[in-house]
Parts: sequence; structure tokens; C-alpha cells
Amino acid sequence: MDIILGVLFNGLSSAMILYVIAIGMSLTMGMMRFVNLAHGSFAMAGGYGLVFFGEQLGLPFWLSIALSTLLVTLASAVLERLLYRRLYGASELEQVLFSIGLIFVASAVARYLFGPSTQNVTVPDALSAQISLGSFSASSYRSMLIIAGFVLFGSMTLLLEKTSLGAKLRAAVDNRRMAESIGIRSEQLFILTFCLGSALAAFGGALGAEVLPIRPSYAFDQLNYVLIVVAVGGLGTLYGPFVAALILGITDTACKYWLPELGAFFIFAAMVVLLLWRPNGVFSRT
Amino acid sequence: MKAHTSVPPEAAAELLRRHRFRPIEALPWIVIALVYFLLPKSLALGTQILIMVMFALSLDLLQGYAGITSLGHAVFFGTGAYAAGILTIHGVGEPLVGLLFSLVLCGALGLLSGAIILRTHGLALLMLTLGILLMGAEFANRAAWLTGGADGLQGMVVGPIMGLIEFDFRSRVAYVYALAVLLVVFVLVRYMVYSPYGRSLFGMQQNINRMSSIGAPVRSRLVVAYGVSAAIAGVAGAVNAQVNAFVGPNVLTLELSAGVLTMLIFGGVGRLYGAFVGAAFYMIMHDYLARVDPTYWYLWLGVLLIAVVMYSKGGILGLADKLLAWGARK
Repeated sequence: MDIILGVLFNGLSSAMILYVIAIGMSLTMGMMRFVNLAHGSFAMAGGYGLVFFGEQLGLPFWLSIALSTLLVTLASAVLERLLYRRLYGASELEQVLFSIGLIFVASAVARYLFGPSTQNVTVPDALSAQISLGSFSASSYRSMLIIAGFVLFGSMTLLLEKTSLGAKLRAAVDNRRMAESIGIRSEQLFILTFCLGSALAAFGGALGAEVLPIRPSYAFDQLNYVLIVVAVGGLGTLYGPFVAALILGITDTACKYWLPELGAFFIFAAMVVLLLWRPNGVFSRT
Repeated sequence: MKAHTSVPPEAAAELLRRHRFRPIEALPWIVIALVYFLLPKSLALGTQILIMVMFALSLDLLQGYAGITSLGHAVFFGTGAYAAGILTIHGVGEPLVGLLFSLVLCGALGLLSGAIILRTHGLALLMLTLGILLMGAEFANRAAWLTGGADGLQGMVVGPIMGLIEFDFRSRVAYVYALAVLLVVFVLVRYMVYSPYGRSLFGMQQNINRMSSIGAPVRSRLVVAYGVSAAIAGVAGAVNAQVNAFVGPNVLTLELSAGVLTMLIFGGVGRLYGAFVGAAFYMIMHDYLARVDPTYWYLWLGVLLIAVVMYSKGGILGLADKLLAWGARK
């Protein structure tokens, strides 16, 4: 029983990090039809930001995360203006290659600035403790991840379902031309969504630095998982990626624990089957 | 044959003319031959380039003509390599048999997976190609009894070609062998893309709905293109395994898929010779830069990729076309 709880718990916490990173990619992809494989680089940048502010400058953990997220968000706005903007509406091949190029540059820069090895991140004492509930003991760091994931999911849902900004966003995802013709300025929405997405990715990357190790190959390491969440979850819904991340995180942890000889094979096979069944994503409305 | 009489004579002449070799098309082959005589020390790299040209050519058929973007083309290269390698371990050392085996196996796999995944398009198709590659990679990694797992395939014994010509240590035989296979593959692909079938692929890339409504069996034609492309990629993988007498898990990676896409876009997509120029450019740059420092390699690769996508969509050959047109106007 404890083992099942442990697997569920660890799976849940990995799922939350995946969700926080993937939600931005799902939003930008749903809205701009832009296959941004380099989205994981923003998460990596967030992680390295935490390393820089927290480890090298010695600032407090939460302040470092906030600064790092802010920095990455600003950088992503610049990138959107200079590069991404020009490729909206380009072919998939161009978008894929462009974003792979960005991944290469980002990892080269990371390697140049921080070296090729995995970075250590010191979490505050309060987060490195264990919480015990009867015979089951849980890491408080992972508990924090789960809480943060649910809080973010809740606030994203509120943002998209209850605010006028969210309504405009959903309109632009559903039908961009129609939205534009009733006066929604989709260009402004794009840059806003893009920045929101990269801010979330940076936040997730920094927050999850202990679970998903920060190293130059980060974007490629996590690409498969993030893409699975986005593709299986479906574009333009909020709960789709959330459920997909939950299933993926828990199944992956369970497979690694009980069927290590299968490795990730089952995950990939499941993705292929799910996508064949519903090519637009399992939870998409179409 | 009544239907054919409606083709205007000029159009028929144009169709025939396309099949004819133009003098400029001899250039890459002359360069390849010259390398053999002038740069005997670089033949190992040269062989690797020829293999990548073949691989990029198979992808060009898929991307440049059928318009299918794949992130998982390495699955066929890798399967071909493992198939040819495993065959030599089980006592079949003849390289040509290995080629044939990889060709049939990868062709069949391509047709089968193509028939399944080509019902989708866009992001789903992209993810399905990637998913199949990841499945293959995970399988090769886990099935150590068959593939050697993470250590790669050990103990390959590649016999002499047709029982006569042994591979030598200076890669001379390997180079000529790769060249011969490439030549056969190239003539086949060239014939294919200039045939009516190739034209219909191109039409589907332009507007698949219109092609469908004029009665072209779009799905089956795409599946055939996928199968042929897979078979060629498998042959390239088999040659790679045979000349190196080793297969490592790096043949089944997203990096290789991305690499071959990169070669193609560097050279120029949808123009056959883009594969030659792009693969040579990529491999030589890699050889030079990675020796200095792998960080530089990734940095320049990334910067070049972004620059090509933003500023020169035709790649190097597209740039050459533009320069020629500019020169002609002067």
C-alpha cells in the first residue's frame, strides 16, 4: 500500500512539473499553430537562472525563482519580436528546424556559461524535510510541487474561463480570423500568450530543478515528454494537458518501478495508439 | 490510348526532356570521383558523407516531394543498420544480401507504418513519426540479446563483396561500395520524381484536396512514397553498418533525424542534389568544428539553422540559383 502511495505521489509530482512546462507550449501551439520544440529551452533557462541567482549570487530560493522567471519572460518577449513572429504561418518543416536550431544555440550557451555537468540546486530547509503521515513519508519538496501544480492549474482555469482576456484567447484559438474580424487584436494576444507560456515554463523549470536535472541537454531530454503531454492532451483545452500530464507522470513512474525492463516503451506505444485514435488529442473538442 | 492524345505536344516534350540528364548534373559525381584520387586520406569521412547523402535523399523524397515532415526517419536508418549487422553476426557475411534484407525489411516497415500513420497530418503526424522512432529506440535499447543494448552490436563479421572484394582499412573499398549503392539509389529516385507518379506527389504537396478531387488515390500514393523512402533509408543504414562493422544505439535517435533534416534544408529541399550539397556541408563542418570544441559545433549548427530558415529557404542550392539569376541580369 505504501509503495502504491509512493508511486502515485512521485508520479503526481513529476506530472505537475511536466504540466507547468507543457501548458505554455500547448497554448502557443493551439493559438499560433507554431510547433515550438524549443519551449523546453525556456524551462532550462529558468533552471539555470535559479542556479545563477540562488547558487552563484546566494540569493534566497523564492526570490531567485522570481528573478529567473522575470528574466526569461523578458528574453522570450524579445525573441518573439525578433524571430518567432516572422515564422507564424511558415511550414511545419521550417518551424521544426528553426526551433531545433534554437535548442542547439540554447544548449551551447548553457554549456559555455555553466559547463557540461548537471547543476546542483539547494532548496530551503523547509523543503528538504520529510513529512510523515502514519507509515507513509513524503518529501515536502515534492508535496510543494504538487500543490504548486494544482494552484497553477486552478489559476489558469480561472484566467481562461472567467476573465475577458481568457475569452479573447479562447476565441483566437478556436477561430483566429473570426476573432480578428470582431476586433480582437490577435497579435497582442499572441505575444502575451507567448510570454505567459515561457514564464510558466521558466517557473516550472526552476521549481522542478531537483526532479528534472538542469544540464545543457535539458531541452532535448524533456522534449519527448512535453510533446506527448501537448499532443495527447489536445490543443486549445486546459484540462487536456493537465489530465495527459497526470496520466503520463503516474504511468511513467509506475512503469519504471514495476516494469523496469520495459522502460519507456509502453509510454511511447500508448502515445502512438492514443494519437491514432484521436489525432487532435484525446481531450480536444473536435 | 485515346486519353493521351489530348496532351499538348509541348507538354509531352517537356515531360520527356526532364528525364534527360543535364550536363551540370555530372558535377557532383565528378567531385565524388576526384575525392577518391586526390584525397585518399579523407575517404573514411567521404564514405560517411556518401551514406548521409543517401539518407538525406530518402528524406528528400518524403519531405521535398511528398511533403511529409518526419521527425522519425532515423527509425528506418537504424532498423536497416541493425538488420544488416545482425545478419552478419548470424553467419551471413555477404554485404549485398545484407542490403537486400534491409531494403525489404525497411520497405515493408515503411509501407506498414505509413499505411497506419498517414491517415493523420500536422502535429499528430509529426508526433506519430517521432513516437515510432522512440519505440524503436527503446526496443533496441532493451532487447540486448538481439541488439547488444546500449553497448551496440558487437562482433560483426562483414564478408567480401560478392565473395571477391574485401573491405580494406583505408576505406577505399568502402568508398567505392557506398558510391555504387548511392548511384543506383539516385538513378531510381531521380526516375521516380520525374515520372508522372513523382509529379502527382508534388501535386499533393501543393494541394492535397484538389489532387484528391481530380481522382488521384492520394493516400496510397503517399504510403508508397513512405515505403520507398523507408527502404532507401534502410539501405543507407545497412551500408553504414557494413563499412563501420559496428552499429551503436546512436543510429536510432531524434538527433540523427534532426541531423538529416538539417542536412536537407542546408542543401535545399525538393531538388535531389540538395542532399549531396547539404550532407557534404554538414559532415565537413561537423568534422572540423567538433574537433575544435563540441560547444562551437552546436552553437554554429543552431545559428546556421535559424539563419537558413529565416533568410534562405532554398538552402545552399537556392542561394546559388539566386546568385546565378542575379549574375544573368547584370
